[in-house]
Amino acid sequence: MDKKKTKHEWKRHRIQALWALLTNSYLIGFLRGGIYKGPLKNLCVPGLNCYSCPGAVGACPIGAMQAVIGSWNFKFAFYVAGFLVFTGALTGRLVCGFLCPFGLIQDLLHKIPFRKKLNTFRGDRLLRRLKYVFLVVFVLLLPLFCVDVLGQGTPYFCKLICPAGTLEGGIPLVLLNASMRSAIGWLYAWKNLLLVLTIFLSILIYRPFCKYICPLGAIYSVFQPISAFRYRVDHEQCVDCGACKNVCHMQVDPVKNPNDPECIRCGACKKICPKNAIH
Amino acid sequence: MSRARLHPAGVLTAILGLCMMGYGIYRGELSVVFAKAVNICMECIGIG
Repeated sequence: MDKKKTKHEWKRHRIQALWALLTNSYLIGFLRGGIYKGPLKNLCVPGLNCYSCPGAVGACPIGAMQAVIGSWNFKFAFYVAGFLVFTGALTGRLVCGFLCPFGLIQDLLHKIPFRKKLNTFRGDRLLRRLKYVFLVVFVLLLPLFCVDVLGQGTPYFCKLICPAGTLEGGIPLVLLNASMRSAIGWLYAWKNLLLVLTIFLSILIYRPFCKYICPLGAIYSVFQPISAFRYRVDHEQCVDCGACKNVCHMQVDPVKNPNDPECIRCGACKKICPKNAIH
Repeated sequence: MSRARLHPAGVLTAILGLCMMGYGIYRGELSVVFAKAVNICMECIGIG
């Protein structure tokens, strides 16, 4: 069983890595300490991928959403919201499981051995609702209402919270670019502190950023119950062995709800099922 | 995931998403996304 699970996990990680490489294929940016400025930056990528990462060839949907909402001339981001509605309605949180580079980083960090891994704890389920608060407050309301004299808002989630931006953009650009290095201050220290915390928690807990913070996961999770492509359980074949529930890192019971908002559709439950009852 | 049973609400919502994208492009939102994405976002990297 464990061998089967591990084999499936690494197969998924290869897909995640390939996607991360594809969407961060401007490798020369890592040498020059600059970013890609070509036309592909018009397009959003489905996962959380900072557009200030030197390799990024697309736009982060959460950053783009805040940029449009916070601009002086637009107060709703139809393009980005439409992209997220389209992606979420088709696949739910499949993106989280397969197409998010920051999800891959957390997956790999969780493989680092630690004395005691924390699967769940009291208040875990309640804490997972926090990501909706981050979405509403930091991604939507603050950029919309906390504006400067020109009516322009700041991408508050990117600025104050997002550790992906620090890891993918902040650290490489500061290392490679002397002018960036001279500009760092308390905000950079704060964001690095959050990144260190996220890294440590990712070793301890499976995907803590996805579970408790990520506004992108929060958006996709809304579409999970109605997404076009979805899981279903054949209750005639299911023997209630509990293998699917036990293998799930997100603590979802697929038999009770195969399209739980917390499910990232990694497919571990499908692979482990001895009766192939999950389709 | 089951391809045999596409959830109709999901398909309709996906079409709605496409329409929203089209409207967003029509009213010029792409230029804002592009302008933000091709310049180093100081806030995102923790400097600005």
